[in-house]
Amino acid sequence: MSALIETRALTRVDERRQVALLEPTDFTLNSADRVSITGSSGSGKSVFLRALALLDAPTSGQILWNGQPVANADIPHYRSHISYLSQRPALLDGTVQDNLRFPFSLKTLRKRRFDLQAVTTLLGHAGKTADFLHKNAGDLSGGEAQVVALIRTLQLNPEVLLLDEPTAALDPTSSRDVEALIDAWFAGDNSRAFIWVSHDLDQAQRMSAIHLQMSAGVLSAVAQP
Amino acid sequence: MNYQNLTALDMGIAASLILINGALSLLLRLGLGRQLLWAAVRTVVQLLAIGYLLGWVFEFAYWYVVLPMMCAMTLIAGLSAAGRGRRTYRGQRVDSILSVWGSSWLVTAVGLFAVIRIHPWYEPQYAIPILGMILGNTLTGVSLGIERMTQELTSGRNTIEMILALGGSRWEAAQEAIRQAVRAGMIPTLNQMTVVGIVSLPGMMTGQVLAGESPVDAVRYQIVIMFLIAASSALGTVGAVLLTYRRLFSKSHRFLRFRLEERA
Repeated sequence: MSALIETRALTRVDERRQVALLEPTDFTLNSADRVSITGSSGSGKSVFLRALALLDAPTSGQILWNGQPVANADIPHYRSHISYLSQRPALLDGTVQDNLRFPFSLKTLRKRRFDLQAVTTLLGHAGKTADFLHKNAGDLSGGEAQVVALIRTLQLNPEVLLLDEPTAALDPTSSRDVEALIDAWFAGDNSRAFIWVSHDLDQAQRMSAIHLQMSAGVLSAVAQP
Repeated sequence: MNYQNLTALDMGIAASLILINGALSLLLRLGLGRQLLWAAVRTVVQLLAIGYLLGWVFEFAYWYVVLPMMCAMTLIAGLSAAGRGRRTYRGQRVDSILSVWGSSWLVTAVGLFAVIRIHPWYEPQYAIPILGMILGNTLTGVSLGIERMTQELTSGRNTIEMILALGGSRWEAAQEAIRQAVRAGMIPTLNQMTVVGIVSLPGMMTGQVLAGESPVDAVRYQIVIMFLIAASSALGTVGAVLLTYRRLFSKSHRFLRFRLEERA
């Protein structure tokens, strides 16, 4: 067991309104951790997750990756390993396959190749066949779009998934597809870890082993029943 | 051929045509009466003022008179380019002035020194109208470019963050918005270039013809000006869009969306 990501006294203050969004937070994510964070909306769950994804700059404190701070130039590389998935899937114009190929056009991932077989296997976990690849992204339902966004990330074999309420807007079937995909990815390598932000307590119990809660920017452990 | 000077009476006859607009406004209840009057007054006052000012500047054709005048024109153009659009960010004025200034002066310099080769370069009869025409068009390009850029960044926020989250650089994330914004800024000039002479006779050319210049010579000037305008508005647009990009994306490949704000 080793620390993948660590935060030291990480804080964030809203840039415009100068309101504290995240109180000083010390947190460690080890390999093989399955963490859930629950809490009401506006409590700072997303703020914390986006900070870990380095999408928003912290006001103070540190984020360490394998014990080292991440230099500006290495941030895209970091993000291709520590993958953030938002609640609202953003797909580009074109087919499902175009969307799945997109990451390989980015400079950080240019050395890697799109692997049709791996993608077909992933689609299978979500109960989709290969014809799904030729569907137009604009014609997908919200649930299907989230499945595509998740596969787009999972095919890159990230070390860590930062899941920002990925099933909040989905129907039960799509939610199960998403959970199945994440289970399969997690089982694929014992060094992987994820943080799942959710407002669904049942899902949090089901999907994770470490339960945390966020309240007014303070991250704390959930008392076990 | 004589040049027909206009008297105050002549201007009065033309100005009375505004009554047509006034009558239409009344008839159709457009409620534009006050605005029409204000617009008419501004047209007369602004043009008379610039006429006298230019008359004075032309008499004192010294660089220390012409140069400040050119600076003032550029500054006003830069400021009015920044004042449009629904969204803004801190520093937009500076970016707008910088891009208008850099592009228009560079291109005007090419026009005055390399193409028209006028001596001295600050000969106000040339320097001021040429800079003015370039500024007018550059300001349109710059303001459309910035406006489109901030709009694309707002509506495309999810896609931009998706690209960043997948490991894209800030440049890769902003590319599409930049492309759309530069296109938007350059299109008015391109449109103008395709219809010039067919649908519209440009003001400068018309002016030279009215003043007795042969149309063939006037057209040569117009061609030169069109290319100067095209170059300056393209440079200004690209400059403004790139400066906007630098403000809204940090070196740590973060999209600083909180810097974008709705204009009050």
